Amino acid sequence: MAMPEFRMPSLGADMDAGTLQEWLVKPGDEVRHGDIIAVVETDKAAIEVECFADGVVENLLAEPGQRLPVGAPLAVIGAAAAAMAPSAESPAPAVRPSRLPPPTPPPTPRPAPPRPPQPPPSAVEEPHVSSPLVRHLAAEKGVDLTSVRGTGKSGAITRADVEDAARRATTRPRVSPLARRLAAELGVELHEIAGTGAHGTIRAEDVRHAAEGAAKPRPAERAAGARAAAAPAPRIDRQAAMRQAIARLMARSKREIPHYYLSTTIDMAAALAWLRARNRELPVSGRLVGAALLLRATALAARDVPELNGYWVDDAFAPADAVHLGLAISLRGGGLVTPALHDAANLSLSELMGRMRDLVGRARAGRLRGSELTDATITVTNLGDQGIESVTGVIFPPQVALVGFGKVIERPWAVNGLLGVRPVVTATLSADHRATDGYTGARFLELITRLLQEPEEL
Amino acid sequence: MTPDQARGIVSDALHQVAPDIDLDKLEVDADFRDSVQLDSIDFLNFVEILSDRSGLRIDEDDYPKLATFDGCVEFLSHPKV
Repeated sequence: MAMPEFRMPSLGADMDAGTLQEWLVKPGDEVRHGDIIAVVETDKAAIEVECFADGVVENLLAEPGQRLPVGAPLAVIGAAAAAMAPSAESPAPAVRPSRLPPPTPPPTPRPAPPRPPQPPPSAVEEPHVSSPLVRHLAAEKGVDLTSVRGTGKSGAITRADVEDAARRATTRPRVSPLARRLAAELGVELHEIAGTGAHGTIRAEDVRHAAEGAAKPRPAERAAGARAAAAPAPRIDRQAAMRQAIARLMARSKREIPHYYLSTTIDMAAALAWLRARNRELPVSGRLVGAALLLRATALAARDVPELNGYWVDDAFAPADAVHLGLAISLRGGGLVTPALHDAANLSLSELMGRMRDLVGRARAGRLRGSELTDATITVTNLGDQGIESVTGVIFPPQVALVGFGKVIERPWAVNGLLGVRPVVTATLSADHRATDGYTGARFLELITRLLQEPEEL
Repeated sequence: MTPDQARGIVSDALHQVAPDIDLDKLEVDADFRDSVQLDSIDFLNFVEILSDRSGLRIDEDDYPKLATFDGCVEFLSHPKV
């Protein structure tokens, strides 16, 4: 019986492989298209990955901790009716050590950009368990065996260890993603650390302190050290990996895309006056920031100039059927992600504002969804908060345009033959000359300018 | 509200929007849009927390007074009438 396989998704043009961090489903669970079923860690962030089909989880083929190339099978999803009963009572171990077949491209909802050759799956270390049932129990309880300290014979993980880990997981301390990673690397037990962050959140700093404070190596640390020594490839530092991912993508963009650039200065007096009046009547939670107006205007302009909204694939432009606005979000500590604000042209201004806050928050917390990383049809970068006047950006392939906004500044401005002082912003467009010509780009920027003169219509 | 209570609220709010910063090293009179690198969304979140926790109404016109740690403490402990 042919059953659909859930594969390691391509979470952006720059991704070759990902590490399965966590399963959010177990065999027998019913899943629907769009359900979040796993967390995958890429070079950039931990991503919540959605299921692409309706059905029942038959089998989990990969274990948390495994680093797998894009396209590698992660799970088998069976048809809903047929699979339900047998899988529930199936005695087969839930997770089998997998020897992976050669990766094949995953089913993607959009044209997949060409990828560099994929590295072979890295060697996977199997946690030592006292019996196969322990592995089964761990899968059932959602316990990551690689994070469990074995107390059995020669360090084997026993049933009690798994149950213990599961119990502790339910009272899991709040931990920042970086801290969790550091703790794993340094062999620090998170439960033994007092967090100094808000609401007792354990921060990276706390983990470092704990690691330094440990007078002599505890068993866990020795084990971690031994494991690290045995592992052929050391874990790549997240920062460095993200730098490399950005480097690959941007180099590809500059190599392949003949950019052209346009810029214009937009009078923001009407928009900001309207914003101010609106915000005055609202509590903080309902207020808009200027960036929301800029995004809304950009989304509407991208809808009306569809030549700039889509992908360049196979030597041709493929327009997108909706405007998924990529938002360049800088991460604290360096690097950036560009998740998509879905269907931005059909959101009201306050909906868009809410979604933007949500997206920024989740991007910084490392909780983005797979579709958000792949769906952007045009990207906006707004460096106004950093105080610069204009930004001439690099297009994210396979998109064909990137819009940049600088800081709103006050400038002498002539209107109807009179000189006044107005708040203005510089908007730039970087566009792919293969897909459009300057005339189209000019129309787009002109439209953004016009839209911002009538903010009440936005 | 006492200045100590205000300091507690400001510290908590900063921690929530920028969990990675070291409050001990923060200069109390530095503009934390620079020192903590808050963007406009971070700042809005920050102001929302201050407003919720203190129960004070905070208008956009008040934002300039909230640019530094000390400014926030002053604003919260001596609210306008």
